[in-house]
Amino acid sequence: MAKVLMKGNEAIGEAAIRAGCKNYFAYPITPQSEVAEYLAKRMPEVDGVFLQGESEVAVGYMIFGASACGERVMTTSSSPGVSLMGEAISYISAAQCPAVFVNIMRGGPGLGGILPSQGDYFQATKGGGHGDYHLLVLAPDGVQEAVEMTMKAFGLAEKYRGPVMILGDGLIGQMMEPVEFPDDLMTEPSNKDDWATSGMDTRKSDKRNLVRSLFLDPKELNDNNLALKAKYEQMKKEEVLYEGYNTDTDYKVLIVSYGTMSRVCKTSIDMMKQDGIEVGLLRPKSLFPFPEDAVFKASTKESCQSVISIEMSMGQMVEDVERCVKGQRKVDFYGECGGDIPTPEKIIEIIKGLL
Amino acid sequence: MQTEIKFAGFGGQGILLSAKLLAYAAMKQGFFVAWVPSYGPEMRGGTAYCTVVISDKRIGSPIIKNPSHLVAMNRPSLEKFANDVKPGGVIFINSSLIPTRSERDDITELIVPANDIATKAGSIRAANIVALSAFVAKTKIVDLELLKNCVKNEFAAKAKIIPLNMKAFDEGVNSANNN
Amino acid sequence: MGKSFSTPKSLSDNYTHYCPGCTHGIAHRLVAQAIDELGIAGRTVGIAPVGCAVLAYNYFTCDFQEAAHGRAPAMATGIKRVRPDLIVFTYQGDGDLASIGMGEIIHAANRGEKFTTIFINNAIYGMTGGQMAPTTMPGQRATTAPAGRDTDQTGMPIRMANLLKELVTPGYITRQALLNPKQINKAKKAIKKAFEYQVEGKCFSFVELISTCPTNWGLTPVDALKWAEDTLLPYYELGDYKVPE
Repeated sequence: MAKVLMKGNEAIGEAAIRAGCKNYFAYPITPQSEVAEYLAKRMPEVDGVFLQGESEVAVGYMIFGASACGERVMTTSSSPGVSLMGEAISYISAAQCPAVFVNIMRGGPGLGGILPSQGDYFQATKGGGHGDYHLLVLAPDGVQEAVEMTMKAFGLAEKYRGPVMILGDGLIGQMMEPVEFPDDLMTEPSNKDDWATSGMDTRKSDKRNLVRSLFLDPKELNDNNLALKAKYEQMKKEEVLYEGYNTDTDYKVLIVSYGTMSRVCKTSIDMMKQDGIEVGLLRPKSLFPFPEDAVFKASTKESCQSVISIEMSMGQMVEDVERCVKGQRKVDFYGECGGDIPTPEKIIEIIKGLL
Repeated sequence: MQTEIKFAGFGGQGILLSAKLLAYAAMKQGFFVAWVPSYGPEMRGGTAYCTVVISDKRIGSPIIKNPSHLVAMNRPSLEKFANDVKPGGVIFINSSLIPTRSERDDITELIVPANDIATKAGSIRAANIVALSAFVAKTKIVDLELLKNCVKNEFAAKAKIIPLNMKAFDEGVNSANNN
Repeated sequence: MGKSFSTPKSLSDNYTHYCPGCTHGIAHRLVAQAIDELGIAGRTVGIAPVGCAVLAYNYFTCDFQEAAHGRAPAMATGIKRVRPDLIVFTYQGDGDLASIGMGEIIHAANRGEKFTTIFINNAIYGMTGGQMAPTTMPGQRATTAPAGRDTDQTGMPIRMANLLKELVTPGYITRQALLNPKQINKAKKAIKKAFEYQVEGKCFSFVELISTCPTNWGLTPVDALKWAEDTLLPYYELGDYKVPE
C-alpha cells in the first residue's frame, strides 16, 4: 500500500480500525481530539461503534464494560483526561480485561498547557490509579511508529489480558508524516470464552462468567495480585523494546531519551559527530517493561563516562535510568517542560558540559 | 540534505493547506517529510504557522527554530519570523498585505502580490496556491508538475474550483519567473 | 398440580449476606423471575454496584460484571453499544446511583441507552455503615448526620424517578416499593416490563424500589416496614413517572 500523509492523531484512529478494533469511546481534549473527530467519521463506515462519553470517568468504564464482553476496544485522551481514567484503568487491570489506552501527553500538572510534554511517565509506568498494577506502555517517536504500536497493542492487550497504553505527546498527535498500515500487524482476536461476559448463549455454555475486581478473601486477593505480577514478569522477558543510535561508536556520553525528545537528541548526535564528538543514544520504545539490561550494558561500555536522561519533564524516567545504571556511571538529567521542546543546540550545549 | 520551510499567516489564509500540499508532493517525490503545525488557542483566528521538513534521510528533530525558508502571508508573520531564516534562504513576501521588507541582505526575497494575483485569477482564497507555486518555482524544492497534480488532487472533491486553482498555480509560477 | 413455588433458575442456591428484614432478597428474586419468564438468562449480563449489593453476582447465575462505585451505567453503556444483542441490567443502591454515580445515570438515561436499571432506594448507605445518602429524609439520623439530616446544609432528598422523568428522551421510569405483598406484585410487573422494553430495543428503563434497611435505621424489620410506609412513601410517591409511547 502506498504511503499516505496523516496527522498522528488520525493515523492512530485508522490504525485501530486496521487492527480490527471496531469500538471507540472517548471524550474531547486537546491535543488529541482529532482521533475522536476522525473516528466519528470512520467508525460508521466500518459498522463500528463511536460514542462520545460524558466524561473521561465514564469513558473509562465504557471501555471496561465493552472489554469485559471480549470486544476489542480503544480510547484516546490527554493527560488530565487520563488522570480521570486512572480509576477505570486500575479496575480493568485487576479484572484482567484487554483494552487499549492512548495518552497524547500535554503539559501538567493541573490543567497545565496543551503543548507536548512527557510529564506522565510516572503516571503511565508506575501506576496512575490505585493498587498494585502496571500497564504495558509503548512510546512511539513518530507517526509511523504510533501506527505500528497501536496496531500491535490490541494483540498485546489480549496476550496479557490487560490494558496497554500508547504514550505519545502532542507533537506526535498533531504532526503529519507519511505512514503505511502494515497488514501483518493485524492479529486475530483471541478466544475469550473462558472469561468474557459475552452471554452464555454466545459461548454455548452453561457456565457463567464473572468479571470483577473485588476479592474480600485475603488469599484470593493475594493470588490475583500474584497472577498480575507473573504477567509483568513475563512482559519483562518478552516485550522489552528499544533502539540504539550511534551506539557502535566509542561514545563518551550515553543519552537515554524516548519519544519526540529522542528525535531531537538524534539530530544533536548527528551534529556533534560532524565535530568529532561521539555520543550514543538508547531509546526505550517500551517504557514498561523498561529496557533495564540494555541501559545497563550501554551505560557501562568502557568508553562511556557518563549517562544523561533527557526528557520533556522535570525528571521522571531518570529514576529508572539511575536504577538500571546501578551506580556504575554518573547519571545526569536535563529536561524542559511547558511546551518548548529543547532544541538540538541546547542538547549539544548540555552534552558538552558533561565532557 | 534537509530543507525546512515555515509557512505563516493568519487563520483562514490556507497556510496549513499550502504546507500540506508541499509536504505531500515531497513525499511523492520520495523524500522523508514532516508537517509540524503550531496548535492551540492561537489557531482560532490569530496567527497560524507551520513548518514542513523535507529530507533525504529519516528526520530527527521536527522542531525547527531556524528554517531554511519562510513563506510570509501577512505582516506580523514577516516581522515575527524573518530573522529566524537561515542565511541563503528565500523569504516569500505577500506584497498585497505586506508593505515592508525583511531588511536582510543574506537572504533572497521573493516579492509577490499573492492576493491580487489570486483575485484576478478568480478568488482571493487561492492566494495560498499562488504563494505555494511561486515559492516552489523559485526554490525548486519539489517538481512543479508533481506539485500541481497534488493541488489538483486536493480539490478532486470540489471539481468546480479546480480550474481556478490551476490558474492561480500558473500565475504564481509566472510571477516567480518574472521576479 | 405443578410446583407453585420454587427458586428462579436465575438465582443461585447461595445464602445471601443481607441482614434480616432487608428487601434486597426480594428485589433479587423479582429480577431473576423476570429474566426466567422472558427466557433471556443466556444473553443477560448483570452489573453489580458498590454497596450492599456488591456481591449480587454471587446470587445471580447469569454473566456478571462488577463496577466501581456509581459507574455501572457507563459499563452498561459499553456493553450495550458493542453487543446490542445482550440484555444488560445494573443493580444499584442510592449512594452508588444518586450520589457518586449521578453523572453516569443521567447521561445514560439521556442517551436512551437500552439497558435496565434497578435502583434500590433505602434512604441510607448500607454497606459502609449507615452514612447519609442523597435520599436520606430530613431529620433522619445517619452516622454522618448524627443529629438528623439538616436540609439547610445538605439540601432535600433527591427523587431520582422524578429527576429522570424530566429528560426529554423517551424512557420507562417508575417507582415501586417492596413493603407489602401487593406492592411486591406491582414491583414484579414493573421489573418485567422494564426488561421487556429492553428486549424490544425500545428505551432506557429504570425501576426505583423503595426498600428497607432495618440495621442502619436501627429498627426491627417490622418497624422498618412501617417507618418506610409512613416516612418514605409520602415523599417518594409510587407509580409510573414515564412510559414510552
